[in-house]
Amino acid sequence: MSLINSAPEMALTTTVDDLLNWTRKSSLWYMMFGLACCAIEMMQTGGPRADLERFGMAPRATPRVSDVIIVSGTLTLKMALRTKLLYDQMPEPRYAISMGSCANCGGLFQLAYSVCDGVDRVIPVDVYVPGCPPRPEALTEGLLKLQQKIQQERWIVRKSEPVGVRA
Amino acid sequence: MGLDAAAIHARLRERCGDVVGPLEGQGRNAWAVVDAARVKDVAHVAKSDETLRFDCLSNLSGVDYPKQGHIQVVYHLFSYALRHGFVLKVNATRDDPVVPTVSDVWSAADWMEREVFDLLGVTFTGHPDLRRILMPEDWPGHPLRKDFVEPQEYHGIPTSRESLLKV
Amino acid sequence: MSLAGFEVEVQRADADGGVVTEDMTLSMGPQHPSTHGVLRFVVRADGEIMKEAIPDVGYLHRSIEKISEKVGWHGFLPYTDRVDYVAAMFCNHGWTMACEAIAGIEVPKRADYCRVIADELCRLHSHLLSVGTMAMDIGAFTPFTHAIREREYLNDLFEELCGSRLTFHYMRIGGVGWDLPPGWTDKLSHFLDRFEPLIDEYDRLISYNKIFTERLGGVAIITAEEAIDYNLVGPNLRGSGIRYDVRKDIPYSIYPELEFDVPVGTGEMGAVGDCFDRYIVRMREMRESCKILRQCLRQIPDGPVITKVPRNFKPPAGDAYVRLESARGDMGWYVVSDGTAFPHRCRIRTGSFSAISIVQRVSRNLMIADLIAVIASLDLVAPEIDR
Repeated sequence: MSLINSAPEMALTTTVDDLLNWTRKSSLWYMMFGLACCAIEMMQTGGPRADLERFGMAPRATPRVSDVIIVSGTLTLKMALRTKLLYDQMPEPRYAISMGSCANCGGLFQLAYSVCDGVDRVIPVDVYVPGCPPRPEALTEGLLKLQQKIQQERWIVRKSEPVGVRA
Repeated sequence: MGLDAAAIHARLRERCGDVVGPLEGQGRNAWAVVDAARVKDVAHVAKSDETLRFDCLSNLSGVDYPKQGHIQVVYHLFSYALRHGFVLKVNATRDDPVVPTVSDVWSAADWMEREVFDLLGVTFTGHPDLRRILMPEDWPGHPLRKDFVEPQEYHGIPTSRESLLKV
Repeated sequence: MSLAGFEVEVQRADADGGVVTEDMTLSMGPQHPSTHGVLRFVVRADGEIMKEAIPDVGYLHRSIEKISEKVGWHGFLPYTDRVDYVAAMFCNHGWTMACEAIAGIEVPKRADYCRVIADELCRLHSHLLSVGTMAMDIGAFTPFTHAIREREYLNDLFEELCGSRLTFHYMRIGGVGWDLPPGWTDKLSHFLDRFEPLIDEYDRLISYNKIFTERLGGVAIITAEEAIDYNLVGPNLRGSGIRYDVRKDIPYSIYPELEFDVPVGTGEMGAVGDCFDRYIVRMREMRESCKILRQCLRQIPDGPVITKVPRNFKPPAGDAYVRLESARGDMGWYVVSDGTAFPHRCRIRTGSFSAISIVQRVSRNLMIADLIAVIASLDLVAPEIDR
């Protein structure tokens, strides 16, 4: 493992990375974490008109086999503890999409006493999709942005120091 | 086919006496205030009496009146057999609100009383399973009270978020 | 998270060496593939047969009732959409009816017709989802895609009417927000012409399918007395044989001028009040809604669509309890006003809240797979339960 990570970045490693990323982004299985209204729009996005299966995405019930968790809907404080548990159960590499205003920042329920203002309080989020609820086209764009993000990852050769830290 | 509010009120007064207060309001929303300690007897009479036959508890709500110093529990009764309805109101002191349960008269009251207990703090004596229903078990306070103060955090998750608009 | 209060029962072996058994306590939820929202059931089962399924709710409690006290009368309308997002027009209608009852506001006739058209379209919207997800929960995935496809056409109609596909905010206190757009009534007629034969196709696809009827017929029978005692409403009540519909029995809006039937469960696949009855009542109600929509399109008058209501709306002190027939049944709105610009209390009584309270009683001696059929047939949605 250390030999691979300390090798310099070459054309071979970037091509292998591209291939791996292409296979992973074309088959993202999402966990249906439909909490509230956005769940209905997520179901409509998986439906016949704005089809998600053409991107290789299939809905999964359990976190153990999914790559992406689409948090759609309002996260209450009672549910936030369980969300962390579910995210921890997902095997890496895993991504999180926060769908809708309530999952992004609490949305119109910021006035509520029992709502957790945003799912990024409990899990790290990769893509935020705004809307209340977001149209199927908006969620599709969010997923395509996630695919772009996945395409840029590097696995074979990693940088030796963390990005953004100056000595 | 059913009786109007004045006739229902007269019949309740006849069977239960002074426990039932005078008729107030008009039309479909007319109500009578009932003594808190005797609401179960009135409920039994309302259900079993041949001319009343209130077989359904349509709604049970709690309302907090801090200025008048009481929490009011409102019962909306309805009869499917005779197609008429009536409203009973019970006042419980705000410091220690205690009301006898009617869940042995109408099973629908079971969960509705649990909700009033959870959100307003009214104790229903004789209830088979009085515990919190909507809030988590370890939540402090009763949220629907007018003097409820939101806690700063819950299990490490802060309950407020700074505004996203930077002016 | 905690299983506090849910004890485990252990049966010991008897003297001549029987088998020691222990009840299994499962936690189904709050995340699960069923689409009814975040509900949790603590199931005590002896193998496949359940002793009891205790519902645990509150995972979507968004304190909507408390927010009404903070945002004012007009500002609360978008929140009413989220009370039952599958059938949002009914919630708008309930809140506006309650405010108009307290303040004594008369709504123009055309506004009432627009409201009823929106309501009945929303009933189709909701029943399609309910029936589709019920089929998916039982195991058939295709009817779900059919339902989603039809809902997309309805979403197009709604989007042209009020701009939104799911949380409409179409009605206002005193009327509706916008008049019907030009050409919209023709699109609605075309949709109805297309949709009514599709209900028959849906029936042929799934309703009398042998597996479907075996899974649902005779399961979780709720008698009429129990249904009334537990305050079940809507298709759940009518599935148990009681012919009661708020639109006919306590008519509101323009329903006295419309003609439609009220379908009731007849026990054709088992007994009266089983899961199949509740399902077939919803299918038949969709046909009745199409009838109502056609009548509304013929009878709608011209005129204004909203009565002028001041922006700083201050109704007199008092309370009102209004009931309307939502997709899930009799929805009650109890609103208390103290004369200021903010409501004193808003209490929403929903059909799903009572329906989930009967699950504990009905689930005794059913199999775990039947629990899914029960939840789906009662048409529970989590936002109605938790608000």
